[in-house]
Amino acid sequence: MAASSMRRFGRLGCWVSRREFSTCDDKVVVQKSGKSMNLYSAINQALHIALESDPRAYVFGEDVGFGGVFRCTTGLADRFGKSRVFNTPLCEQVHLMGFILTWPHKQGIVGFGIGLAAMIVNEAAKFRYRSGNQFNCGGLTIRAPYGAVGHGGHYHSQSPEAFFCHVPGIKVIIPRSPQQAKGLLLSSIRDPNPVVFFEPKWLYRLAVEEVPEHDYMLPLSEAEVIREGSDITLVGWGAQLSIMEQACLEAEKEGISCELIDLKTLLPWDKETVEASVRKTGRLLISHEAPVTGGFGAEISASIVERCFLRLEAPVARVCGLDTPFPLVFEPFYMPTKNKILDAIKSTVNY
Amino acid sequence: MMEKELPTLTLDYNTKKLIYSKIPSMSVSDTPWTLFLSWQALDFPGGKVAFTSEMNFIPESANERIPCYRVLDDNGEPFVSNNFVQVSKEVAVKMYSDMVTLQMMDTIFYEAQRQGRISFYLTTLGEEAINIASAAALSADDLVLPQYREPGVLLWRGFTLQDFANQCFGNKADSGKARQMPIHYVSKKLNYFAVSSPMATQLPQAAGVAYSLKMEGKNACVATYIGDGGTSEGDFHAALNFAAVLEAPVIFICRNNGWAISTPVEEQFRSDGIVVRGQAYGIRSIRVDGNDALAVFSAIHTAREMAISEQRPILVEALTYRVGHHSTSDDSSKYRPLNEIEYWKTERSPVNRFRKWVERNGWWSDKDESEHRSSIKKQLLQAIQIAEKTEKPPLGGLFSDVYDHLPSNLEEQEEKLRETIRRYPQDYPSDVPV
Repeated sequence: MAASSMRRFGRLGCWVSRREFSTCDDKVVVQKSGKSMNLYSAINQALHIALESDPRAYVFGEDVGFGGVFRCTTGLADRFGKSRVFNTPLCEQVHLMGFILTWPHKQGIVGFGIGLAAMIVNEAAKFRYRSGNQFNCGGLTIRAPYGAVGHGGHYHSQSPEAFFCHVPGIKVIIPRSPQQAKGLLLSSIRDPNPVVFFEPKWLYRLAVEEVPEHDYMLPLSEAEVIREGSDITLVGWGAQLSIMEQACLEAEKEGISCELIDLKTLLPWDKETVEASVRKTGRLLISHEAPVTGGFGAEISASIVERCFLRLEAPVARVCGLDTPFPLVFEPFYMPTKNKILDAIKSTVNY
Repeated sequence: MMEKELPTLTLDYNTKKLIYSKIPSMSVSDTPWTLFLSWQALDFPGGKVAFTSEMNFIPESANERIPCYRVLDDNGEPFVSNNFVQVSKEVAVKMYSDMVTLQMMDTIFYEAQRQGRISFYLTTLGEEAINIASAAALSADDLVLPQYREPGVLLWRGFTLQDFANQCFGNKADSGKARQMPIHYVSKKLNYFAVSSPMATQLPQAAGVAYSLKMEGKNACVATYIGDGGTSEGDFHAALNFAAVLEAPVIFICRNNGWAISTPVEEQFRSDGIVVRGQAYGIRSIRVDGNDALAVFSAIHTAREMAISEQRPILVEALTYRVGHHSTSDDSSKYRPLNEIEYWKTERSPVNRFRKWVERNGWWSDKDESEHRSSIKKQLLQAIQIAEKTEKPPLGGLFSDVYDHLPSNLEEQEEKLRETIRRYPQDYPSDVPV
């Protein structure tokens, strides 16, 4: 794995935590030059490319016509017309799935991921399997805002990725930065399987980096080592990676060398990259915003214990959200903060 | 068993012509009639369906739109004197003054959000009449399952400006324990269920709550609210169907305000609004001018009487307009014309219209108006100051109420968190008592 180029960008104004971002691996992105942009603009650019490159691609959902609440669909309706970019009646159960079944490369945009679980879990995910591969719902990419935002409360800050990771047949993707978001979204749209694409809400405006303007895709189900180290492996995804990166830098001051992996695709996930790293470091820490119990960290932990039991020098550590609904005023207490991670790094290394 | 008289189509065997006739009341155990009927009507589960030889598709819409019931004209003058439920001076004055209070609360809390003092807000501007008049027509025992644009119901029932401020500022005096975003009010005491952000989920719940009132023989009904956008949710349809089948005393109040964030009603549905859907589910329905407080009051008052005495659901579609942005996360000037907003804000203001009526009755004066406004302004500014100064709820509130008792995983997590706070106090807000 190539050494990651570590550049840091703007800090979040919110006092809860500071979030910083790494650019992605040089090998994957062909053009290095690009425009500096935030995550919602990168998503917007990817959607322009998707609609431009495939006349059968459509974007629809609540408020997408005027540009969307998060501005991700700005300009699409003007450029590609209202028949390809359109508002749908408000329905968190996605009745338009039938439309996606008939043509590939459609996209739905939804506000509350859990609200439409039945349609995704029982229909989209199983369409290929239950029809003996005569039909599939592979053209579907569902984009959904996701994760903590500083003031979102129960509904607007929760992280439901683990629900969807328990559904064979769909892919679950979470990008960490604008450049990643563009490449992974284009791959998701063109992937022949239904994809749930979670966009960390916190990063929409605050994550800024250079994004190549051309059409590029980043591979799904491939994790990336974004920081190399020798004492402990840290695995995360989305906005949490910037918190983990800060913990790595703090740990380095105390002489602990951390390897940081961005999983990017949670289902089906890249066990090999994580396994290879843990074989090298002998220790593993996983961190996510979602509640610890039944979180996707548990799956990673179990799989790595199966594969690396004799190599592990300490129990696998998890630094995650608490087993409570996402609380408004208590958000800073709920979150897996840098210092919680730092403590866990130290206790794992000194086990 | 006696059947109702049924107009039907019959075949004249001699002429081979179809003729319309009415079957006299008869008994289906009467063999010759039963045989005869098998040619005239389908004995279908749920009731007989007459046969016809005419292939008529029911048109997608009626020739004329369902009219909108109103009492007051634009000048606050009643059309006819006896087409509405009478309102006493005391109730009318409270209705008007609460409408003004609601409007002022919205303006001041909205500003507080713009100043960064609260994280979020959502106004009810333009929909003051639906809020207050529907609340006034209900009784305090009626249970309310709100959407999120109905704080006026709470105001009417005695939720104080301080209560509103405490919730929006998320302090320890908030009855919801500061766990939810601003405007997600709740009050068990005032029979007002907790506001939840997801759309339309309150509607099927309302059907169930109403069924429990029915089973317990309560002299009360359920009122539940939804916007025009929310009626596209599957939950809306499930709720109407359940309520009709269960004969549940629930009033579904739809605030059709023209816009679901950026989606106008023409992109939301092709039916004649919401009111026509009631009949499809077997629910009695009315369309009412939502900016006419007397019409809303009369319709909800009558709906309530029918819901309770006849044990049935009622659907009320109130036509109004969302004068404010959807919320502080929205800028509606991006998708709708400013003069449209201005027209509804001034020409069609429900507050101004109702004021003319109460003034004409001699129940309200300019002096009352200025006294009320200055008193409410003072109360609001004070409420905000107090709410801002009141400390946050203690840390234990993060873990309590997930279950009735704290399970061991949460005990363990609380202990660990307290240890982390001791080690890194600078990471945590100082206004939350640990």
